[in-house]
Amino acid sequence: MGTSPFGLPFAALEVGQHLYWQFGKIRIHGQVFMTSWILIGALLTLVVVGTKKMERDPKGVQNLLEFLWDYIRDLARTQIGEKVYRDWMPFIGTLFLFIFVSNWGGALIPWKLIELPSGELGAPTADINTTVALALLVSLSYFYAGLSNKGLRYFEYYVHPTPIMLPFKIVEDFTKPLSLSFRLFGNILADELVVAVLVFLVPLVLPVPVMFLGLFTSAIQALIFATLAAYYIGEAVEEHH
Amino acid sequence: MTSLLFFGASEGGLFDFDATLPLMAAQVVLLTYILNALFFKPVGRVVEERENFVLTSQTEAKQKLAEVEKLEADLRNQLKEARKSAQKVITEAEEDSERLYKEALALANSEANASKENARLEIDSQRQSALNQLKSDADKLGDLIVKRLLAAK
Repeated sequence: MGTSPFGLPFAALEVGQHLYWQFGKIRIHGQVFMTSWILIGALLTLVVVGTKKMERDPKGVQNLLEFLWDYIRDLARTQIGEKVYRDWMPFIGTLFLFIFVSNWGGALIPWKLIELPSGELGAPTADINTTVALALLVSLSYFYAGLSNKGLRYFEYYVHPTPIMLPFKIVEDFTKPLSLSFRLFGNILADELVVAVLVFLVPLVLPVPVMFLGLFTSAIQALIFATLAAYYIGEAVEEHH
Repeated sequence: MTSLLFFGASEGGLFDFDATLPLMAAQVVLLTYILNALFFKPVGRVVEERENFVLTSQTEAKQKLAEVEKLEADLRNQLKEARKSAQKVITEAEEDSERLYKEALALANSEANASKENARLEIDSQRQSALNQLKSDADKLGDLIVKRLLAAK
């Protein structure tokens, strides 16, 4: 809580402040890990509860999990292709679920009620470290997918269909993680900021539609991230003829 | 440590990269393995088992349907043949009775003709004999008349 220009105890904006945890010379953002552990815990609880007693006629949470599984399989299969999608489905699915849970958890859970000495709790995906980590994992994955599936022939991709493409394809390897990470980071941070600013200015009613819009954006961003990751992997394992 | 100052924060800022990045990457990789073991593999197994079950049930049902259709066709053929043979039996019986009727009719006709003929012949012969008798009687009577007339003279 801070103090508004009118001297009333309204929520104040805190941007770019972090709760630092120091281990020797290493410093990490504590609030990111705290929220991510809570959300991962919730996700794992749901998964464990849903898979505890699975039957051929699904009941309760098993339905939800099977729907998610099916959704992720379709996503992976359409983007990566029938041949290798099984290898990458857990990775794509984890990206989707982690980002989705982070985005929605950041938007739906009233983290601001928990006071931290510095910084504030929020969506883990609103921290650039998280999104860059995810984007770099995607980069590593598609390189690994291409090299493990096609060996050195993977680099044919850089001169396909003509060698003129070479510089563009090399630039793409840098722009892909950059755009992935900044798209997610920007969207989620902007959503949190818009809601925070609106709550700061007009505390009643007006922020609610923006919050719903935020939920929509959050879901879309998770889907976009997972789809693009799958598309990059599919592009890397695709056979050129 | 890269620390760009933004929005007046004394340290940190929006683009504050530190050990959070590799740790988060490791955490996500770990989460991938955990979710693979807890979620993707077991749910995938159940879903694929069900898909296989549905597929095999469908093929089985199709096979059974084909069998049923074959049996039905067989039955229909048998029925057709049975009808055909029954029809044959009926026509044969009809022909037989027709033939028997005709034979009986012919026999009766011929018998009737024969007896008619016999009767006619009988009548003819009797008439003939009667005529002969009559003629001989008339002759005798004539002779007698003539004798008596001659005797009286």
